[in-house]
Parts: sequence; C-alpha cells; structure tokens
Amino acid sequence: MVKARIIVRYKPGILDPEGKTIYDALRSLGFEKVEGVETGKYFEITFAGDVDKNKAKELTTDACERLLANPVIQNYSFEIVEGDR
Amino acid sequence: MRVGVVIFPGSNCDYDTYYVFKDVLKVDVSFIWHTDSDLRGYDAVILPGGFSYGDYLRAGAIARFSPVMREIVRFAKRGNPVMGICNGFQILLEAELLPGALIPNNGMRFRCEDVYIRVVNNDSIFTRGLDKGRVLKMPIAHYSGNYYADEGTIKSLEDNEQIVFQYCDSAGEVLPEANPNGSILNIAGIVNREGNILGMMPHPERASEKVLGSEDGVEIFKSLMGKV
Repeated sequence: MVKARIIVRYKPGILDPEGKTIYDALRSLGFEKVEGVETGKYFEITFAGDVDKNKAKELTTDACERLLANPVIQNYSFEIVEGDR
Repeated sequence: MRVGVVIFPGSNCDYDTYYVFKDVLKVDVSFIWHTDSDLRGYDAVILPGGFSYGDYLRAGAIARFSPVMREIVRFAKRGNPVMGICNGFQILLEAELLPGALIPNNGMRFRCEDVYIRVVNNDSIFTRGLDKGRVLKMPIAHYSGNYYADEGTIKSLEDNEQIVFQYCDSAGEVLPEANPNGSILNIAGIVNREGNILGMMPHPERASEKVLGSEDGVEIFKSLMGKV
C-alpha cells in the first residue's frame, strides 16, 4: 500500500501568528534556545492497491496543487512511502 | 431584478442576507442550494458569511468546489454581479475570482466588533451610490480576515483601483490602529478588474436597519440594485 505524507506550510514572509504564539509560549517556558516556530498542516493520503509510487507522486502533486495548498500563501512538500505505517 | 443567496453547508449569514433583500429592500430574492447548477433567472448572486464546510483545510477551500461554484464562476465571468461577504470573500479568493488570500488575523483572535470602512472606489456597481471617502460603520466577525497578496498583485490592485474599502477610524483616516486583522493596506474589500465581483470582510447585512445600530450596509445593497 502506497501512502503520501504531505506537509503544507506558509511561504517565507507570510505571517504565521500561530507559530509566533507557540514560540512566545515556548520562550516563556524557558526554551531559550528556540529561535523560531513555524506551523503547517500534515496530511496522509492512502492510495488504492494498484497505485505505484510514480502514480502516487503524480496524484499527490495534483491534489496539492488543486486543493491541499493555496499557492498564494503556501508551499507543499511530500514523500511517498510504502507500507502500513 | 432577482437576487440569489447561496447556502453552503455551514453558511450562517444566509438568512440575514435574504432578509435584507426581501424585507428591507423588497427585492425578489431566493436561496440557491450549493448543489444547484442552474442560475438562470438570477441577476446577482451573494455568497454569504459563515463557516462553509467548517472552515476545514482553509476557509472557503472546500466550498469553491461545490457544484454551484462552477456555475457561479461562469455567471461572474459573463459580467454578472457576484458579491462575497466574509466567508463568501474567502470562497471567491479560493476560486480565484479575486486575487490574493485571507490568512489568520495577526492577533490570533476572532474579531467580532463594529469597524469603520472608507469607500475608496465608488466606480463599481456595489459602491456607485456612495460618495468617495464616505465612512461606513458595520461589524466584522472573522478569524481569517487578514488580506494578503504579493507585491505585484497589490500594485495591480492599486493601479486598477480595485481596492474598494479600507479599514479606517471614525473620521475616515486609514490608520494602522484602525486595522483589525493585519490586512495589507487596511484592505477590507476588493473588486475584480471588471468591477462586477466584490469581496469584503465586514458584514453589510448586519448593518442594514436602524435597530441594528447602523444602516450603512444597506447602501451597498442599494447600489447593487441601482436604487440610489
């Protein structure tokens, strides 16, 4: 079974208020070595049994472009993995 | 003139908007269901506020793929008036009928309060009844209302006078302190280049009767109806 693990994040320079708030909280907890926090979204897509890794890559790219990421403000990256993990 | 108000799963300003057209303006109005695909007979379509599809993924991201949106894109591209309020604005951006995006407010808070907006451009069908520079009071109620677009897009919005409303103070001054969400240039509403598609974050339907504290919002709908 082939899966795609996708991360969608804000493009550099786009305000990430959630990341900033978490950063502030970590600092207040004493994490002095933390220099920045960025948030993003994680998706895992499971493909049908007859989908190989190449096809999965193609389908995942299409899904990211059309729905999962908004190209105005976000970038996406993904890996295709095999197995049930 | 016949107006349609679209209902997506999770719309919650649909009845308010319907009410303003029907009872305040006495206009022929009906609901359009998100699975409908026939807009014949309609002269203008409103995408109301709310939380379509629970704001899952991104506000407006799922609604833009509703069956009715395919027809609305065609309807808009033929030059018919389409207006998106709050979540409706988010949907219009996701559908790429308007440029840019709305990201979470810079303060990480849902802002629900009256704001002032300045009419920057009265050369659109939505603002033609309003004087340029006029200050309107109406509520906002959103978490993702922080308008963002890249520099080139902002420049083209300015060059083509597509910025229609900006957040301002009660005197009409467009100041950083009057910006409730971090929007670039205090942008509260924009139109497409042709001027027939409006997206705005404030809620004019919630400011359309005296009893609600402001009647300023109804001026926008009146402009649309050509009643001014």
